[in-house]
Amino acid sequence: MRRVVVTGLGTINPLGNNVKSSWNSLINSKSGISKITNFEVDNYPCKIAGSIDNAKINDEIVSLRDQRKVDRFITLGLIAADEAIKDSGFVSENEKSFRSGVMVGSGIGGLDTIYRNSSILDNQGLRKISPFFIPSSLINLLSGHISIKYNLKGPNSSPVTACATGTHAIGDSFTIIKNNKADVMVCGGAEAAICPLGISGFSAARALCDTFNDQPEKGSRPWDKDRSGFVMGEGAGVLVLEELEHAKKRNANIYGEIKGYGMSGDAFHITKPSEDGNGGYRAMEMALQESRLNSDQIEYVNAHGTSTPVGDMIELFAVEKLLGNKNLCMSSNKSAIGHLLGAAGAVEAIFSFKSIETKTLPPTLNLDKPDTKSSINLIPHTSISKSVNNIISNSFGFGGTNASLVFGI
Amino acid sequence: MSDIEERVKKIVVEHLGVEETKIQSDSKFIDDLGADSLDTVELVMAFEEEFGCEIPDDAAEKIVTLKDAVTYLSANSN
Repeated sequence: MRRVVVTGLGTINPLGNNVKSSWNSLINSKSGISKITNFEVDNYPCKIAGSIDNAKINDEIVSLRDQRKVDRFITLGLIAADEAIKDSGFVSENEKSFRSGVMVGSGIGGLDTIYRNSSILDNQGLRKISPFFIPSSLINLLSGHISIKYNLKGPNSSPVTACATGTHAIGDSFTIIKNNKADVMVCGGAEAAICPLGISGFSAARALCDTFNDQPEKGSRPWDKDRSGFVMGEGAGVLVLEELEHAKKRNANIYGEIKGYGMSGDAFHITKPSEDGNGGYRAMEMALQESRLNSDQIEYVNAHGTSTPVGDMIELFAVEKLLGNKNLCMSSNKSAIGHLLGAAGAVEAIFSFKSIETKTLPPTLNLDKPDTKSSINLIPHTSISKSVNNIISNSFGFGGTNASLVFGI
Repeated sequence: MSDIEERVKKIVVEHLGVEETKIQSDSKFIDDLGADSLDTVELVMAFEEEFGCEIPDDAAEKIVTLKDAVTYLSANSN
């Protein structure tokens, strides 16, 4: 059986523009949430987000001229992909390129580009629409750009499953390599929806936090009694997945293994998760089965944990039901970086592998008054030192889509 | 260098990211200056904006060098 390992990591997110700096900030309890400043938010119920400072976007990787021709989600994805591919040391050339693919998705894609061009069409007419409008906003163009830049001619696709996108991208890439359709997959997710249409749309759906506008860093508080919705973040996470023997042959650094992947659908509601947590439960159960591990071998859950009133408790319930609660740790990276939507699962996968590598579990910030009596250690406020061999990472999305991955060494 | 040529050159420099010294009057946007077909559509839009005119598609297709653009705009701009 072909085994799949991780040999490259790359990210840009509200805590930093690479893996090292953002991981260090995460385990030192730094928050990446601040007041939205890239547009006027006076009339918006939610005025906070996990934004990336433009000064942190390296224009040596994506030139300012090229940035003008793509939506921000593509720029962020290209930055993360560059770090991951360089980190892996893999060079795609000759016949190898046919066995090396890309699967980087996005939940929404070029929302702000669509919004701007829509305004141009209404106000200035169709002759002012840029020829780059469509290719800059299509979701799969990120996978296209990455393939062109790094000569990756294998499978090329982009999942679009809202907030589960990043996890599906990794899981589907894992399956592609396992089924011998590629040896290397560059996979993950990117999102840049902190724009007027993005914030107003999620606000209208009553999904965003609207109670901590004056204390942005306290807004994202999974499992806390005062949570009121998620805080949006932006960024990208990209991983290089590789067949084990392929990685060994070139002496690649191996962070760990993808051991199992599970998926399910709630068939319940367009935005709410199923009330009994059955969808999330079945996704985790399927991933666990593929990993051939027992439930008590999972030591840490990198939770979806968005800080919404309903979702947090449903996930906790499903985790307890499947894994029990003895010696189990679980935390939410979203407490520090916000919810990166289609990039969330990918960035959280990267942090999961850093947890394994550094024997450190990141904290759940702002968990002042837990809304639960669960004995699972939700790692409030500060990171803990703990060596873990096996992790489950969850992502659940609008439309009742659920995805879980088992990572390990 | 005429005023029109200078303004056209400035647009080409901004949109294609090439150094001004590398642009000759017979440099082809695609073959010599690294533009792709979408870049040339955007270049024509920028010429229209700068010179306040509308360049029909059949005329736009014939603008492949700096000189072509200057000649067209000298005859047709307001």
